[in-house]
Amino acid sequence: MTIVLETQNLEKQFGGLRVTRDLSLKIEQGARHALIGPNGAGKTTVINQLTGVLKPNSGRILLEGQDITDLPVHKRVLRGLSRTFQINQLYPDLTPLETIGLAVSERLGHGGDWWRRMGTRSDVNGEIADLLAGFHLLDVMNEQTVTLPYGKQRLLEIAVAIAAKPRVLLLDEPAAGVPESERHDILAVVGALPRDVTVLLIEHDMDLVFSFADRISVLVSGALLTEGPPEQVARDPQVKAVYLGEEAVNV
Amino acid sequence: MSASSDVGFHAQRQARWHYGEVAFWLIVLACGFAFPTRYLIMTDILRLALFAMSLDLILGYAGIVSLGHAAFFGVGAYAAGLLALHGIVSEPVLALIVAGLAAMVLGFATSFLVIRGVDLTRLMVTLGIALLLEALAERFSNITGGTDGLQGIEMQPIFGAIPFDMFGKAGFFYSLAVLFLLFLFARRVVHSPFGLSLRAIKNNPLRAAAIGIPVNRRLIAIYTLAAFYAGVAGALFTQTTAIASLDVFAFERSADLMLVLVIGGTGYLYGGLVGAVIFRMLQEVFSTITPQYWQFWIGLVLVVIVLVGRQRLHRWVLYLPNLVIRQIAGRKAIVAVPESDA
Repeated sequence: MTIVLETQNLEKQFGGLRVTRDLSLKIEQGARHALIGPNGAGKTTVINQLTGVLKPNSGRILLEGQDITDLPVHKRVLRGLSRTFQINQLYPDLTPLETIGLAVSERLGHGGDWWRRMGTRSDVNGEIADLLAGFHLLDVMNEQTVTLPYGKQRLLEIAVAIAAKPRVLLLDEPAAGVPESERHDILAVVGALPRDVTVLLIEHDMDLVFSFADRISVLVSGALLTEGPPEQVARDPQVKAVYLGEEAVNV
Repeated sequence: MSASSDVGFHAQRQARWHYGEVAFWLIVLACGFAFPTRYLIMTDILRLALFAMSLDLILGYAGIVSLGHAAFFGVGAYAAGLLALHGIVSEPVLALIVAGLAAMVLGFATSFLVIRGVDLTRLMVTLGIALLLEALAERFSNITGGTDGLQGIEMQPIFGAIPFDMFGKAGFFYSLAVLFLLFLFARRVVHSPFGLSLRAIKNNPLRAAAIGIPVNRRLIAIYTLAAFYAGVAGALFTQTTAIASLDVFAFERSADLMLVLVIGGTGYLYGGLVGAVIFRMLQEVFSTITPQYWQFWIGLVLVVIVLVGRQRLHRWVLYLPNLVIRQIAGRKAIVAVPESDA
């Protein structure tokens, strides 16, 4: 298997605090890889380094074999690395149509187009329509995002990340805060992501992790504790001790 | 595919012309014929409107606050004055463009200072740049005329054919034409993907970067464009009044601009235009009633606007026109002011 995303000896410190310790991860092409760990294990810090929001103190990040450690956020997106946020990061005043339209435009290189009107490119419109339909957002496409119910906003959050047509998608707790009634939509959407998109999932919800992931890395205090297929991780006594407590895990 | 064309239709919703907009411009044009004795104040309003539209481009769309927008106004004003005074570019329209470009160069150069940092930093940096330029203009009095300003500017006819008359008629229609053309351009730009990306950056720069928007580049671009607009407004000032003095850089000028946008609202382009009209009217009315305390009343009006909320005021103001329109054209043709919560 080919490795699409890799970190080599990643190291990040906030002052004297080491939040990422010598972390080397390898994510395989098409994988459903989960990154789990207790609160404060540094999962989101890892995501922020992968996407370029934070700069590691040392170590390298490779996307499809190329060093992206020093690339700014938006260039990584154009290379095919896209993410969702644990807490929705949307545009409150914009509509889902505009939000997704913009993401599609940027990817196709029309984002800097300052003369042609929005909505006059049929290829862009087609993609927007497909995404809106695929994420159950067609009926609310003209509403301001801030007025949408949380579940819809969560779907939009994922749709925006997908609109960038990522090769690797980082999902930061996609189901966090979603009410039980709307949860099903999110899980269905996440489950139906195309197989050629590699997914790195960060999640607290163990049901979701074990139903979704084919490989799990466990992060504790910024360092990799163990890694392997779900059955193996679930049986690992170390994992049980530090992360899952003494409870048994249903696989 | 119907869903696709549906999307295209809705995506262009805001870019289409509304009845209210056409009516607005017709009324402005009609004013030029209805009040032949008031050209000077009306020209003043047009200049202020253009200047405010410039600030709206960066504040209303990209979320960049500025307390020093007069810097570009001033550079445009002095550039136009010097070009005319020394006969370097004597044709007004060409001189207007050159003056705008001069301000644009300054805008581009200072944009790098402005885009970094948060609101408070930006307020200070923009304010500082304007003060700096004012001081420089005063220091190099051999070029700028110092505190006396540029004197003896004589404007040549527009396109070599239309002379500026003493009643200000030519100046008014000239300014109106410039304002309208630049408005059309701005309208086009804000409804493009580029314009939309600015609103995205204003809303959430983190997410904007996370979908691949080069945030800094876009901010530099719009800041530079806004500087051009402000420079043209300044050049219009010099060309229609035949003076350029240090007060073109004055802090009050930048601060007034903020008030104009508070009155008119931001992020829909008409805010600066409507705000400029109301602001100047209020100034006129209050300074006639109480010449000494007009600023007090302006202040009071601003407090009321902020407390009551602009959207509600707009609804009240538009209540009567909508009532009439609904009788004539049915329910759909309602004049609404599209506005983001400023």
